[in-house]
Amino acid sequence: MSYFEFLGLYGDRIISGTLITIGLTLLSALLAVAIALAAGLMRMSSNMAVRGVATVYIEIFRGTSLLVQLYWIFFVLPLFGITLEKFTAGFVAVGMNLGAYGAELVRGAILSVPKGQWEAGLALNMSPAKRMRRVILPQAVVLMLPSWGNLFIELLKGTALVSLISVADLMFQVKQINGTTFLSVETFGTALIIYYVLARFMITPSMRWLERFMMRKMGRA
Amino acid sequence: MDTKDVSDFPLAIEGDPAPMVSFRKVTKSYGNLTVLDALDLDVAEGEMVTIIGPSGSGKTTVLRMLMTLETINGGVIYVDGKPLTHMERGGKLVPANDRHLRQIRSKIGMCFQHFNLFPHMTALENCMEGPVHVLGLTKQDARERSEELLAMVGMADKRDQHPSRLSGGQQQRVAIARALAMRPKVMLFDEVTSALDPEVIGEVTNVIRTLVSEHNLTMLMVTHQMGFARDISDRICFFYGGRIEEQGAPDELFGNPQRERTQQFLSAVKEAH
Repeated sequence: MSYFEFLGLYGDRIISGTLITIGLTLLSALLAVAIALAAGLMRMSSNMAVRGVATVYIEIFRGTSLLVQLYWIFFVLPLFGITLEKFTAGFVAVGMNLGAYGAELVRGAILSVPKGQWEAGLALNMSPAKRMRRVILPQAVVLMLPSWGNLFIELLKGTALVSLISVADLMFQVKQINGTTFLSVETFGTALIIYYVLARFMITPSMRWLERFMMRKMGRA
Repeated sequence: MDTKDVSDFPLAIEGDPAPMVSFRKVTKSYGNLTVLDALDLDVAEGEMVTIIGPSGSGKTTVLRMLMTLETINGGVIYVDGKPLTHMERGGKLVPANDRHLRQIRSKIGMCFQHFNLFPHMTALENCMEGPVHVLGLTKQDARERSEELLAMVGMADKRDQHPSRLSGGQQQRVAIARALAMRPKVMLFDEVTSALDPEVIGEVTNVIRTLVSEHNLTMLMVTHQMGFARDISDRICFFYGGRIEEQGAPDELFGNPQRERTQQFLSAVKEAH
């Protein structure tokens, strides 16, 4: 069977798997950003309990394997009465895992905003919340964008693990096709190329665009 | 001298007129290092006081404490008759909470050595930020107020530029407009010309001159521009080792300094120029 015949036969399943992978990536990226922002800010709180919650979350999700976390969320949480549908369990696990890394990016970027900016905000008598939202965060976002680009690529690749709880993503589909055809080179080769194309020609350019957009907002483009 | 106990400090400062700013036995230290030692300093309404002195003498700390960028270790600072660093609780002064600080701090504005404009906002947006988001003005009112001030500092034509497109002197003028847009009663200038190229210092000092001659602002300034300080100040305070070593009218202090340390400092400065 030529590669084109292979694609003709299994292209539909590969495309449907790819769409699931893209969907998973987008949803877990959204979740990761939201969690990272919350946990990153909580890590800087003056309240010890708030700081503690964020630290425990970051330690657990950075310090243990994503696969184990995925199994916990999908197989163990139901024992405590929390049952998530497998697609949901998949993006929640990936999002929470990468969110823990993101939290440290957020914190690092906030701390990198020059001290003079905090002082100028205080001299204008801004409340701490307003100062964070209006002055510090917009500048921190610019500082952390390049690192987020890397993280999103990690996240895309991390989504392949959800095939292990039988979410029908790209990895799941090619494993299934391989199981019936034994065309390992074609199946896994195609998967390899698709993951690369998604990372290299979708995530990286979007992040570059976002970086340029933010630089223009800073009047520096 | 231990001035942590402020129980016998007045709850408010009376007087006719009461000083706009009053430091009473204010002490600031970092560990064992005493930066300010029981400082007493009154600044009258509309007065322009310039602080000079060698580096490490505590001059900038005076402004930073007044702006509440630094906490104090002893004594009380009063602004417009009311305590800033403390507040009244059951007839006694206790350390101020955030709410009290915000209330009194609204009377004070500050310009910094490195301008500290918000880089993600244009000149106009920098000026409108405080009026809109702190004072609660409508955008329309804030814009009018800001445009007027930008015109006053000669930056009307650059109002839509981001700070990165402006020279140091231009940035500092925008920073002055931004601080004035909050309508403070007291303005603090912390070495506002120190980071500037010599040829643009004049554009910033000219703006401050205008403020002195046309507005009844109370101003405290730290500067190394002795000629400028002599021209526009009502009073000069020479700081040495965390205390006011000597103070007086500019012509007195520059023309006929009484203390040896003042003489040494002034002649060292003269030699450097």
